[in-house]
Amino acid sequence: MTADGSVSAATTVADVADDVPANVREMVGKPMYAQTATFPVERSYGYNTLAATQNANPLFWDDAIASELTGGITLQPTTLSLWMRPHYWEPGAVGEQVALKVHFDLKEIFGLPEAVMTDNTIIFHEPVRPGDVISNQQVLKSVSGPKTTKLGAGRFWVIDVEFHNQDGVLVGVESYTGFGYKRETGESK
Amino acid sequence: MSAVRSVVFDSVSVGDALPELAVDVTPTTVVLGALASRDWRPMHHDYKFATERNGVADIFLNTPNQAAWFERFVTDWTGPTGRLGRMKFRMKTSVFPGDRMVLTGKVTGTETDSDGCGWVTIDVALTVGETVASTCDVRVALPNDESDNPWSRRGETWKP
Repeated sequence: MTADGSVSAATTVADVADDVPANVREMVGKPMYAQTATFPVERSYGYNTLAATQNANPLFWDDAIASELTGGITLQPTTLSLWMRPHYWEPGAVGEQVALKVHFDLKEIFGLPEAVMTDNTIIFHEPVRPGDVISNQQVLKSVSGPKTTKLGAGRFWVIDVEFHNQDGVLVGVESYTGFGYKRETGESK
Repeated sequence: MSAVRSVVFDSVSVGDALPELAVDVTPTTVVLGALASRDWRPMHHDYKFATERNGVADIFLNTPNQAAWFERFVTDWTGPTGRLGRMKFRMKTSVFPGDRMVLTGKVTGTETDSDGCGWVTIDVALTVGETVASTCDVRVALPNDESDNPWSRRGETWKP
């Protein structure tokens, strides 16, 4: 947490390898892609995650328990990121719609066609409730030098994302470590 | 408070083991989990993309869905009064259809914060066979007794 009590990021140390180009260095530590969801948090969509994980927690199935414990209906905390994920398609959209835009920017800048996520930290704050409209912004925290793993040659980077509700209340912070890479076999389509 | 089954803070000790959870992963597990989290990336539903582009063995569990499995595993144990504060996980290798993933967990710490909230830290492992595919450190708040409720904590009194 910062001195004023707010959570600025799940990770706090900016770390950039010496060979990282200036245009990427300028991205580090700067809030980017501030956006507000185009749809409200929806209870029925939350049921999909409960079903996908066979999660019987009565907090999410029994309204009386939800009201008694949390003061109303709430969504399971780990659905945090999904409320900011774009539709697969919408009128006027061109190309693939992606959630973590900084991640895809880095893939393009470094010419790394493939990527996986390796680490994820989530800090849960105020509960997310049906009808909430979530906003977020992305902050690039670090970029490694060249690394080679069993997947291929590339770089690691860390991106933090802060989520607030329509009242400006912090609902969560996520930190992703991504590894962008080019396959050693050279077959990148 | 309702007669919901919940673990209270004072009943927990370092070294306690959580009940194991075993799940046979199918293509439906992977695809349903990805779409439930609005993750449309093809490596989570398109076999050819996953194998030919990503160079992995099959489609694989996506990140938010793994988080949701960790949440389910922990709150199966805590009951509904358990409130997640933080989770940090590392995916060392992917989880594929045909895998039997087994989640295990052990309490590694207990503490009471300055506002009296009881916190438990848990090391969770997701294994497939002999391989640890993912590890997850979880910090979860538990009620101090039957009248306490971590969900009532707001603002400065919630320290995840």
